[in-house]
Amino acid sequence: MEKFTTLTAIAAPLPEANIDTDKIIPARFLKTTKRTGLGVHAFDGMRYRPDGSENPDFVLNREPYRKAEILVTHENFGCGSSREHAPWALLDFGIRCVIAPSFADIFFNNSFKNGILPIRLPREVCDELMGDASQGANSRITVDLARQVVIRPDGQEISFEIDPLRKHLLLEGLDDIGQTLKRENAIEAFETKRKQDEPWFPKIAV
Amino acid sequence: MSPRTLFDKIWDNHVVDTLEDGTAILYIDRHLVHEVTSPQAFEGLRLAGRKLRHPENTIAVVDHNVPTSDRTQPIEEPESRNQIETLERNVKEFGVPYFPLLSANQGIVHVVGPEQGISLPGMTIVCGDSHTSTHGAMGALAFGIGTSEVEHVMATQTILQKPAKNMKIAVEGELAPGVTAKDVVLAIIGRIGTAGGTGHVIEFCGSAIRGLDMAGRMTVCNMAIEAGARAGLIAPDETTFEYVKGRRFAPKGEGYDQAVAYWKTLAADEGAVYDTEITLRAEEIEPCLTWGTSPENVLPINGTVPDPADEPDEAKRAQMVRMLDYMDLKAGQKIAGTPVDVVFIGSCTNSRIEDLRAAASIAAGRKVADGVRAMIVPGSGLVKAQAEEEGLDRVFLDAGFEWREAGCSMCLGMNPDKLTPGQRCASTSNRNFEGRQGPGGRTHLLSPAMAAAAAVTGVLTDARELTN
Ligand code: SF4
Repeated sequence: MEKFTTLTAIAAPLPEANIDTDKIIPARFLKTTKRTGLGVHAFDGMRYRPDGSENPDFVLNREPYRKAEILVTHENFGCGSSREHAPWALLDFGIRCVIAPSFADIFFNNSFKNGILPIRLPREVCDELMGDASQGANSRITVDLARQVVIRPDGQEISFEIDPLRKHLLLEGLDDIGQTLKRENAIEAFETKRKQDEPWFPKIAV
Repeated sequence: MSPRTLFDKIWDNHVVDTLEDGTAILYIDRHLVHEVTSPQAFEGLRLAGRKLRHPENTIAVVDHNVPTSDRTQPIEEPESRNQIETLERNVKEFGVPYFPLLSANQGIVHVVGPEQGISLPGMTIVCGDSHTSTHGAMGALAFGIGTSEVEHVMATQTILQKPAKNMKIAVEGELAPGVTAKDVVLAIIGRIGTAGGTGHVIEFCGSAIRGLDMAGRMTVCNMAIEAGARAGLIAPDETTFEYVKGRRFAPKGEGYDQAVAYWKTLAADEGAVYDTEITLRAEEIEPCLTWGTSPENVLPINGTVPDPADEPDEAKRAQMVRMLDYMDLKAGQKIAGTPVDVVFIGSCTNSRIEDLRAAASIAAGRKVADGVRAMIVPGSGLVKAQAEEEGLDRVFLDAGFEWREAGCSMCLGMNPDKLTPGQRCASTSNRNFEGRQGPGGRTHLLSPAMAAAAAVTGVLTDARELTN
């Protein structure tokens, strides 16, 4: 996983609530067995017209937002399915950070595991950032994870909350499995106790 | 110890360790695997040289991507075939129990788990699929997870999670005749919204919930995720124990008695505190359906489509206008009487034998309306066989429905069963998002009885008009 430290990039405005995972990546593109290559299908239904041509009204089809690495959006981003293809598609497009008033739980989790930083900020603050993001070439925002601040184009700093463990993993680019396996003794102890307490616990074999 | 909720108890029973910041390493009892969200996880294990820690607590099926027509033919779509073959290679390499496509046990992962006795009360259950919440009906704590977490569970038999908040949704009283579990859960989502449960595990309780059979409870918990919740739960009771008894992988004999004794301790303690509590009166719930492209857009079948002009929030108003346009509906129009092109009875929400019986009772002696395509897709091979034993297949076929093989089918536009642009579908599934059932398709979520009523009348219809 790529580290996330600081990011200064074009922010794209997506002023819509409840952007679901089917919008981020429709199910018909989930047939891949890889994590990469989904960027061309990110927001497929919004980004392309039925004949396959680009919809010029969609923000990510316009300059400078084709190179956006930050998305500013509204409530409940990423609701719907658990598909990690949603953050994979965003990442493959180039998005490293999503700022919204709220996120769906599974999407929120999945983002961290792929080096994408989801930032929760109050709706009014998101609306201000939405204004910044709408400034075209002047829509560059900085995210400094170590200091936990978003820096607006005019230099104003907005601080955000993040779970310390998640922050650490992102800053170092570490994956969870290695961390958990450090506690393998505890897992083994749990399993031993379980065998005593629940002798009836069934195994699956077919 | 202070009084605990059902969620607190299952949680406490599974905490292996707690990290400095309060994140728990939570032990996982059952891991359900399917073809779409697992390939990258198996690949990750392979690249890291890791083993799957407990194959005997894992089960794999194919469901999302499979055709629901003749299965003796090779799968036509090369990418779908590749995904299924990849799973087959992976389960062999990692020793995972597997129900292959041609097995009578194959079906939608959330139908298969409970019916095989793989999902049991008090367990923690995960699957790389958001509707894992379904298994909460067993009194199990069941989460949908992403592929990185799938890999984490494979390698460690745990997930990392912070405790959820507790929400209690009580449905008190008695449901009116013709009102089903699907109507109950749609009414709940209509009330609290698609983000209403965010960060919470919802425990559904109250006399109307206790009165539901297991299939109905699964329908309710299935859609907890549509209310934004991490999971849905229903306390295990006699109905649950009776359901579990004798299932293939359920404990037997003395083991069953020991298990039941344990399961009985799981109900919330007197005085347990919930972060949020909501009560609905069962009598006020009507048969309902969705009109828009979010599951919270719920209307009683005899209601009218809402008017964006009445919505004070500008962004929401704009969204409603777009939804009406997408759905080709007019503000103020009666929803009943709207013509449908397709009827889909299936999905992990409503494809169990009880659902098929409800649909058959409406279809019996009637004909699918001209120009309507109506499909019945049983949730598993076992459901299909049971229905055939009861003669339900004949009822459907005589009425002009298609009788198909088990799978996710038209719940999501991933396999050959898809809507074409502009088609309107009465669907027993759980998501009405734009393009969910195929690009440009229009979905109305409703109960099996109402779907069958739409099939035989050709329009959205109050199923109660066709009973008695
Ligand atoms: S039936 Fe639909 S909701 Fe259920 S697992 Fe399959 S695709 Fe997901």
